[in-house]
Amino acid sequence: MYSRIGVPVDLAHTDTLEKAIESAAVLARAFAAPIELVAVTSPSPSEVARDPHAFGEKLAAYAAELSRRHGVRFTAHARVCDDPTVALDRTLFEAFHELGVDLLVVASHVPGVREYVFSSNAGWLASHTDLSVLVVR
Amino acid sequence: MPNKKQAAHIDELAELARAEGLDDYTSEHRVGEDNIKTLGLDVHNPVFLISGSTIVLVVVFALALPGLAADVFGQWRVALTTQLDWFFMAVANLVLLFCLFLVLSPLGAVRLGGPDARPRYGYASWIAMLFAAGIGIGIMFYGVLEPMTHALTPPLSATGVTGAERRGLAMAATIYHWAFHPWAVYSLVGLSLAFFSFNKGLPLVMRSALYPVFGERIWGWPGHVVDVLAVFATLFGLATSLGFGAEQAAGGIAYLFGIPNANWLRVAVISLITFLALGSVLRGLDGGIKLLSELNMGAAAVLGVFVLALGPTWDILSGLVQYSGAYLRYLPELSNWVGREDDYYMHNWTTFYWAWWIAFSPFVGMFIARISSGRTVREFIVAALLAPSAIFILWMTIFGETAMNQYFLEGWQGVAKTVREFEPELSLFVFLERFPLTLLTSALGVLLVLVFFVTSMDSGSLIVDTMTAGGKIETPVGQRIFWCIFLGLLGVALMLGGGLNSLQALALASAFPFSLVMLLMMVSLYRGLRAERLLLAVAEAESEAEAELAVEGG
Repeated sequence: MYSRIGVPVDLAHTDTLEKAIESAAVLARAFAAPIELVAVTSPSPSEVARDPHAFGEKLAAYAAELSRRHGVRFTAHARVCDDPTVALDRTLFEAFHELGVDLLVVASHVPGVREYVFSSNAGWLASHTDLSVLVVR
Repeated sequence: MPNKKQAAHIDELAELARAEGLDDYTSEHRVGEDNIKTLGLDVHNPVFLISGSTIVLVVVFALALPGLAADVFGQWRVALTTQLDWFFMAVANLVLLFCLFLVLSPLGAVRLGGPDARPRYGYASWIAMLFAAGIGIGIMFYGVLEPMTHALTPPLSATGVTGAERRGLAMAATIYHWAFHPWAVYSLVGLSLAFFSFNKGLPLVMRSALYPVFGERIWGWPGHVVDVLAVFATLFGLATSLGFGAEQAAGGIAYLFGIPNANWLRVAVISLITFLALGSVLRGLDGGIKLLSELNMGAAAVLGVFVLALGPTWDILSGLVQYSGAYLRYLPELSNWVGREDDYYMHNWTTFYWAWWIAFSPFVGMFIARISSGRTVREFIVAALLAPSAIFILWMTIFGETAMNQYFLEGWQGVAKTVREFEPELSLFVFLERFPLTLLTSALGVLLVLVFFVTSMDSGSLIVDTMTAGGKIETPVGQRIFWCIFLGLLGVALMLGGGLNSLQALALASAFPFSLVMLLMMVSLYRGLRAERLLLAVAEAESEAEAELAVEGG
C-alpha cells in the first residue's frame, strides 16, 4: 500500500521521536518499504552541529543506529534551509516530495520550545500535501 | 607515506603555523548553551534580559523627563561629532584600506563556509537584499537633498568655486558619504561574523568576531557587553529611523494629498509599516525579505529610469564619468580631518554619517553575514563594495544632476527651498513636480519609502532575535513577532512622547564603542583568515601527497 515512508527528524530532540520511529519501523516491515529520515539545518552553527557538514554526519550516524536497532533500512537526508524558523515545513515537504515518499510518520507534541513547530508542522504537512500523514502522539 | 619533498613541505607549513602561534579558533562553546527556555521562549541569558529591560527603562526615562533626556543625550551627540571627528574618520579610512588589502592579498581566496560551500543566493538577490536591508532608504531622502545642499553651501570652504566645478564638488561630497566607506564598514562586520560562524562554527553573534582576541572569555562578560551594545544600537537605530521616517513619509503623503501632517497620520504610517513587516516576518527570509528587496529594486529602477529619460539624459550620463572622477579627486581632501575649516560639513554631515553607519553595522553586518555563506572573501568584498556604491553613484547622479539643473539652469527654487528649510521629506516630491505624471511618480516614491521601511523592520526583527538568542537561528517565530511589534511601539512612543532626538543620540553614542570593536575585529579577522589559509594549505598538501601515493600504489 505504501512504498516509501518519510519521517521528519529534529536532531535536538531525538528522545521524543522514539514512538514515531517505532511506528514507522513497524509499518516499514509490514509494507517492505524503506524509511527516509529528513532533518533540516541552517548554514550557520546550531545547537546540534557547528556546520551543515557535521549536521549531515550526525544525521547519518543516527540513521545507521536506527537501522541496526530496528532491522529496517533508514536513510538520512539532511537539508539546508536559510530560515528554518519559518520555512521548515516547506523544506521538509519539498524533500519528501523529491524522495517520492507516500506516507509520513510525524511525531507531534515534542515537549519544550519547539513544540509549536512540530505540532503545526504535522498539521501543515497534513493539510498542505497530498501525502498520507500519521501523527504520532 | 608521502615522499620526502612532500613531507618536508607539509612539515614546513605546520612549522610556520606553529611559529605564528596558530590557533584554529574553534571553541567547545555550543550555540544556545547559555539560553534559557521558558514560556515558549528561547533566549540568551543575560543578553536578552539586560538589553530588553534597559531599553524599556531608557525609553521610560526619555518619555517621563524629555527635557533632561534631551540635555544629557544631546550633549553626547555634540561631543561625539565634534570631539571624535578625527577618530571616526580615521577608523572609516582604516576599514576601507583593510578591505582593499584583503581583496588584494591571498587571504581573499578563503571561502566562507569552507572550500566546498556554494553561494545560496544569486548576485542579483544578494545585492538587492544587502541594499534594501541596509541604507537603501537613503536614496529616497537624500538623492535630491544632499547634492543640492552641497551645491548651495560647498564643503571644503570652497565658496568661491562656481559652475561645473561646484557641481563636481557637491556630487563628490555626496558620493563620499554613500559609496565605499559605509560599505567597507558593513563588509568588515559581515565578513567577520560570516567567517567565524560559517568557517569556525562559532555562534552568529557579534562577540564571536572577537574570539581570537579574547579567547574563551568572550562567552562571559566581555561578550555580553558587546552583544548588549549591538542590540541597543540596532533597536534604537531602527526605532528612531522608523519614527523620523514615519514623520517624513507622513509629510510626503500630507503634501501630496493636501491634508495636515497630524499625529494620527504618522501613527497610521508606523502601524501600516509594522503590520506589513509582520506579514513579511511570517513569510521568512526568502518569502518576505528577499521578495520585498527585489520588488524595491525594481520599483526604484522604474523611478530612476523615468527621471533619467525625461530629465537631462546627456548631462546625467556625462555626469556619471565626471562625478566619479571628482569623487576620486576630492577623496583625499574630504577624508582628511587635519586643518579643515568647513566644520559644519565635516561634523554635521561626515562625522554624523560615519557614526550612524557604524552604529548600524551590527545590524547590517549580521544580516549580510546571514546571506553570504559560499562566497569567497574577495567576491564578498568586491561585490559588497562595488555594487551598492555603483547604485548610489548612479542614483545620486540622476537625481542630483537633475535637481542642480532645475536650480542653476532653469532657475527653479523648489528643491532649494526644501534644502534651506531642511525638509528632506519634501525634496523628492517637490523635485518630481517638474515632471509629468507627478501624482503617479510621487505615489511610487511614497510606496518605495514604505517598502524600504518594511524590509528594514523585518530584517531588524530577524537580527535582533538572533542577537538575543545567542546566535540561534531556529528560534520560535513568536520571538521575531515580539521584536517587530516592540520596534513599532518604540517608534510610536518616541514619536508621540518626544525623544526621537535623544534616542537617536544614544544610538549614535554606541558608535564609539563599536569603532573600538571594529579595530579589534580587523586584528581578529586577519588572524583568523591567516590561520584558515595555512590550515587549508596543510590539508591540501596532505591530500595531494595521499592522492599521489594512491596512484603510485595502485
